Amino acid sequence: MKHLLSTDGLDRDQATAILDTADRLKQALLGREVRKLPTLRGRTVITMFYENSTRTRVSFEIAGKWMSADVINVSSSGSSVSKGESLRDTALTLQAAGADCVIVRHPASGAAHRLAGWLKHTNTSVVNAGDGMHEHPTQALLDAATLRDRLGSLDGRRVAIVGDVLHSRVARSNVHLLTALGAEVTLVAPPTLLPTGVEKWPVAVSHSIDAELASQDAVMMLRVQAERMTGGFFPSSREYSIAYGLNERRLKLLPEHAVVLHPGPMLRGMEIASVVADSPQAAITEQVRNGVHVRMAVLYHLLAHEEENA
Amino acid sequence: MASRQRGATDPAGDREILSAGDVARTVARMAHQIIEKTALDAPSAPDVVLMGIPSRGAPLARRLAAKIAEFSGRQVHEGTLDITLYRDDLRRGPTRPLETTKLPEGGIDDKLVVLVDDVLFSGRTIRAALDALRDHGRPRAVQLAVLVDRGHRELPIRADYVGKNLPTSKTEDVVVMLDEFDGRDGVVLK
Repeated sequence: MKHLLSTDGLDRDQATAILDTADRLKQALLGREVRKLPTLRGRTVITMFYENSTRTRVSFEIAGKWMSADVINVSSSGSSVSKGESLRDTALTLQAAGADCVIVRHPASGAAHRLAGWLKHTNTSVVNAGDGMHEHPTQALLDAATLRDRLGSLDGRRVAIVGDVLHSRVARSNVHLLTALGAEVTLVAPPTLLPTGVEKWPVAVSHSIDAELASQDAVMMLRVQAERMTGGFFPSSREYSIAYGLNERRLKLLPEHAVVLHPGPMLRGMEIASVVADSPQAAITEQVRNGVHVRMAVLYHLLAHEEENA
Repeated sequence: MASRQRGATDPAGDREILSAGDVARTVARMAHQIIEKTALDAPSAPDVVLMGIPSRGAPLARRLAAKIAEFSGRQVHEGTLDITLYRDDLRRGPTRPLETTKLPEGGIDDKLVVLVDDVLFSGRTIRAALDALRDHGRPRAVQLAVLVDRGHRELPIRADYVGKNLPTSKTEDVVVMLDEFDGRDGVVLK
């Protein structure tokens, strides 16, 4: 594998290989005196974040460092990006400076694919850490890892993705990945927050959260992405919360074994109530923990093999 | 494989080096040697931990631990140590899948660790295993037990317990089969 740009196109075997590697890495690091592996010694990983992020950037940085890669963080403010340098020139600069892997987050959908195109004739790998409203593949992988931990396998499991599907790269990446791993996905959202063409996705669609919860093995709550909203998608946040928020009453509708996920950052009281986020059914901190192992696994699959083209 | 004569070459050019019975006897002998060399049956016996290197070192470590318990009455701890992340040739082939790592309860600090593998060849696996051990703790001492030593060392490494010394040419393949993976025990030279 040279790049990880989307989960669309990752087949079951590839996805399972990454998740298995993540499991083994977790196991290998358990209870160790030295939480560092020599695997990527001498490799340089650059994160390029054109959008704010805490967990994804930190998690990639920790993942790279625990595997002994040299990790350098570039953000749009404080770099030449703020002087007007284009994404292409920044990427070529980082490649020329010696990056073996560029991890990019960008507000424009498709940015990571463009970047991979520009770096085609180099050995530099590209990881999409979230591009606009398109994809966020490592988030979907860590969600799948968390669900595998809690449920054993995803085969035949039912997962509801609830909320702002329209603006959510997390939802898109999860739809591809979870269905590839054998899960049945239901999108639950008001009609205004569903993308056009959703009827062609391999999912069921519902507008009523109450009707769906009892039959789910997991429910993934999405953040309402006010920063991407340009129009009126729902009357008020209070109304959204009443119609689609996961509150204490709805938690009781879920089967006891069902897992509650949230990709973060959470808006407590909006899409998820505080009691729900802190309940034992919520796996939100496990998601973050698994995120480090999944990203280590991705770096391993991208960087720890012979070069595929020169 | 009782019908097959040891050392016989089959039509594919494979030569059987150890039969299933030989493997069992060899493991038993190695267990005795470990007990003797580590003075496991003495009152002041050290804490011995057998660490199998996947894939086939892991069941070998389990078998050795069972035999040691049978012969000495001492229960030794065993675990598995995957060395893939410590290999020096990761960039010389396709992505290698990782194997299980499982340290015994109580870890390896101040223990006498015996690394267990099926075949000792270049010594690079053992070099990687020593690096991996160092990250997991600080054993009192480390020893090495292998079912087959086929020579051609590329590093200054030797085994403390050898089931079978087998002179080979570099182009030959030593295949260790274990019931847990291959449905039968045996060692074949291809």
